[in-house]
Amino acid sequence: MINERQLIAALQHGLPLVSHPYAVIAEQIGSTENEVIDYIRLMKEKGDIKRFGIVVHHRQLGYKANAMVVWDIPDDRVDELGECFGQFDFVTLSYRRPRHLPDWPYNLFCMIHGKDRDDVLKNLDLMVQHCNVAAFRHEPLFSNRCFKQRGAIYIHSQDDKQASKA
Amino acid sequence: MTVESIGHNETRQYKTELIQQLLNEFQHDFPLSATPYADIASKLGVTEQTVIDLLSELNDQKILSRVGAVFRPNRVGASTLAAMAVPEHKLEEVADIISSYPAVNHNYEREHHFNLWFVATAENVEQLNAILADMEQKTEIRILSLPMEKDYHIDLGFPLQLIQGGHHD
Repeated sequence: MINERQLIAALQHGLPLVSHPYAVIAEQIGSTENEVIDYIRLMKEKGDIKRFGIVVHHRQLGYKANAMVVWDIPDDRVDELGECFGQFDFVTLSYRRPRHLPDWPYNLFCMIHGKDRDDVLKNLDLMVQHCNVAAFRHEPLFSNRCFKQRGAIYIHSQDDKQASKA
Repeated sequence: MTVESIGHNETRQYKTELIQQLLNEFQHDFPLSATPYADIASKLGVTEQTVIDLLSELNDQKILSRVGAVFRPNRVGASTLAAMAVPEHKLEEVADIISSYPAVNHNYEREHHFNLWFVATAENVEQLNAILADMEQKTEIRILSLPMEKDYHIDLGFPLQLIQGGHHD
């Protein structure tokens, strides 16, 4: 039997780099290699896992620039345009989020990556033309300093708390 | 792309190509088999140990975040994107306070009036809200919480073009 919470807790730090990594995870949670593999496959099929594989830090690979582009899109068009933005390779996220008026008028967010700032702006231009959104108020928020970046930790064990202080 | 000091240019080129192939082909469709690294190795025409060594090296260089899962937002636990407008002279101090919370995984400066952006994740909404309230109290700065309402696209894997030989920090 798989305890899903335990499996997620074991997976969130990544698969170990050993010959039988799923067996190691299984041992940590009192399960079997096959059960772990089948359960990950099931979570992928259900869409609970969007992607399973190698996760890289883009900045270390020369993708220095990213901008979170925020848009004020009429509510009745946000679904259509959110999908339109998501078609591009260089867009890694396209989300609807709440406005907070008057401070924050934007309801659609997408993340655009590029080698440098010009590359990101060029990609943004491409998107603006393709999705025909020049008329909607938007701002690119370029990232500057990165203070912290790691995979999401959903479940905090005592060990995690210690690890995250390190 | 950092490649260990291998004298031979061809060897270095080969290694960069191997890494590029590894990263591009296995951000998705990572083998769900008993011996995934051996399966990757046979597709790349190298040994299992080579694949494990390459990934370990990428891990040491902080290029590899992990081999693992990207969960559907809010499927597991609760998370939010939060923004703060921090006076420039206090930015580092406030950023350090925010980063010190285990619940925070990304914490970036962005060029905007709202200049500090972070993602916080907890087991449930109550815990998440308690953490945000605690942060507001500690920093005395209001937090704008912008939880995802709908995802149109999440895919943190995209085609990578490695720059051969250069070291980019």
